[in-house]
Amino acid sequence: MATTTMTMAKALNEGLRRAMEKNAKVLLMGEDIGRLGGVFRITDGLQKDFGEDRVIDAPLAESAIVGTAVGLAIRGYRTVCEIQFDGFVYPAFDQIVSQVAKMHKRSDGVYTMGLVIRLPFQGGIGAIEHHSESPEPYFAQTAGLRVVSCSTPNDAYWMIQQSIEHDDPIIFCEPKSRYWEKGEVDLDEAPCGLFDAQVRRTGSDVTLIGYGSSVKTMLRAAQTAETEETSIEVIDARSVSPLDLDTMARSLEKTGRLVVVQESPHTASIGSEIVAELSQRCFYSLRAPGLRVSGYHVPYPPSRIEDDYRPSVDRILDAVDRVMGFES
Amino acid sequence: MIDEELVQLLTPEGERAANRDYESTLGGDEIFALYRDMVIIRRLCNESTSLQRQGQLALWAPVQGQEAAQIGAGRALAPHDFSFPSYREHGVAWCRGVPPEDMLRVFRAVTTGGWDPQKYRHSVPTVVLGNQTLHAVGYAMGVQRDGAEEAVLTFFGDGASSQGDVLESFVWAASFNAPVVFFCQNNQWGISTPSSVQSKIPLYHRAHGFGFPGVRVDGNDVLAVYEVTKRALEHARVGGGPSLIEAYTYRIGAHTTSDDPTRYRIDAEVEVWKHRDPIERVKSLLVREYKVKKAAFDEVVDEAESLALKLRDDVLAMGRPDPITMFDHAYAAPHPLIEEGRREMIELGISGGVR
Repeated sequence: MATTTMTMAKALNEGLRRAMEKNAKVLLMGEDIGRLGGVFRITDGLQKDFGEDRVIDAPLAESAIVGTAVGLAIRGYRTVCEIQFDGFVYPAFDQIVSQVAKMHKRSDGVYTMGLVIRLPFQGGIGAIEHHSESPEPYFAQTAGLRVVSCSTPNDAYWMIQQSIEHDDPIIFCEPKSRYWEKGEVDLDEAPCGLFDAQVRRTGSDVTLIGYGSSVKTMLRAAQTAETEETSIEVIDARSVSPLDLDTMARSLEKTGRLVVVQESPHTASIGSEIVAELSQRCFYSLRAPGLRVSGYHVPYPPSRIEDDYRPSVDRILDAVDRVMGFES
Repeated sequence: MIDEELVQLLTPEGERAANRDYESTLGGDEIFALYRDMVIIRRLCNESTSLQRQGQLALWAPVQGQEAAQIGAGRALAPHDFSFPSYREHGVAWCRGVPPEDMLRVFRAVTTGGWDPQKYRHSVPTVVLGNQTLHAVGYAMGVQRDGAEEAVLTFFGDGASSQGDVLESFVWAASFNAPVVFFCQNNQWGISTPSSVQSKIPLYHRAHGFGFPGVRVDGNDVLAVYEVTKRALEHARVGGGPSLIEAYTYRIGAHTTSDDPTRYRIDAEVEVWKHRDPIERVKSLLVREYKVKKAAFDEVVDEAESLALKLRDDVLAMGRPDPITMFDHAYAAPHPLIEEGRREMIELGISGGVR
């Protein structure tokens, strides 16, 4: 087994490279992705190696990045669109919701919308406004789309390749605060399917479920809770839409207590969906109502105070205490 | 109101008009074929309006007045070219070989598409204004990468010309020198909004600002539309880049059957444009220059009549789809929520599960 250590940013870069080597129809398109290698350097060196026809520096227009990717998909190309930051995706919202999500249906299955929209998302990098948002619930609401998020370099490497190979359009959410964290990458074998959740830590008292940057925070919370004799199972949802509810339910049937963690506000969120679905599936196993630890219902705050907006270890442990203390 | 730069090869009276840049290359048989296309599409359109009035269609978007713009452009396409319509391009769809009943499936509300877009090389209807222009540019970028000698033609109206997607598509087409032709049917009205509100300059002038040629053609002159579009497509095919055609025309009917144009425009305006009818001028030419006999015209009218009757029969035969078909092609790959929905529908007896 060939494993190597690299950052998530490098793992994404390597994953894109491998996908482009495997399939000449794979293109990359986005703002500043060529010579600069993208503002996060995810596409570093790829234009040099694959040429300007395959790594396309786009004019600055998000709707056009996605809209032309639709046309390229009709022509048989698989385009990986880079949206520079989460908060810049909204000019493309119309194309994503009205066209990307519905073209396969509208053409009675003739058009395959095999395209990937990469979205550096979530906060934690001390940025200014529009650079730290969590727009994934908007896309999860839209039938025709799939939404996934990586939390480790290994997942980044494999999930980007699996997304490019997949025939449905995929919103690929990258937790930008984890870009520079290193981890082991297995270059030979994918850890699991693209839409499978993974148990990151086993435990018996409480199930924590999250994705993206929240996974690491949940693991820290679980470590701290251990010192207080609370055993926590941590699940990385990985696929936000569709959800791997079977894996989640198996855990909840064991623990009976659920806390969901996400950076987006909790109204009509991924966490809401997880709590609703699991309440239905695991009703007789539940020992407490499922709780959501989320961003607050405010515009993303100035980053000097973002750590009090994003779910922290303390807030997660507080929720853990509440589900542990619940008397039915 | 019609400026001197308007390309016209046939006057409203059916006289040949000299133009310094273009001349008609078509012979009598070819002109007669265009005439036939226009008569048929107008008849089918009128039948569709009737079907809507009789409660058989949810909606209809009439094409009357724009037949020359659509047939001229549609016939200028080469077989391997690809076209991206909005929702009113019934004439273009006809030229691409889309069966008339397939054009009406959307309006019968039994589908959101209607035909196989790869088979006819004519994309699915696009209702959100201007979205398709970006698809056309992307497709054209694919053509470039394939090294193919093909062109892409995309349609939108004066209303959609204000949409960001249309303007972004201009930027991209210019930046990448994409083999695409933008065909704007300026029919003067975006529902109730006059084209003067969309643009303070002639729409074709916009192209120059984006760095590619623009031309205004008499959209009611099928000979001119054909020649202008043909040349623009050839230009694109050999690497000449994009261009914009503004077909200056008029929507004689309502925006759709849900619209009431008497609330916002005067009859006198409509009357002026009725005198510029795209079909009558070609008929005059055919009679005068090619001595086409009444019997030949009658034959076309009869053919259009029988196609209209067939269309009516075909539409009335379109029943309510099995509700379970709503799950088909929502995704390309298996999806748990699709399976869940199908299962529920079968369990509740809403569908027999026939796909």
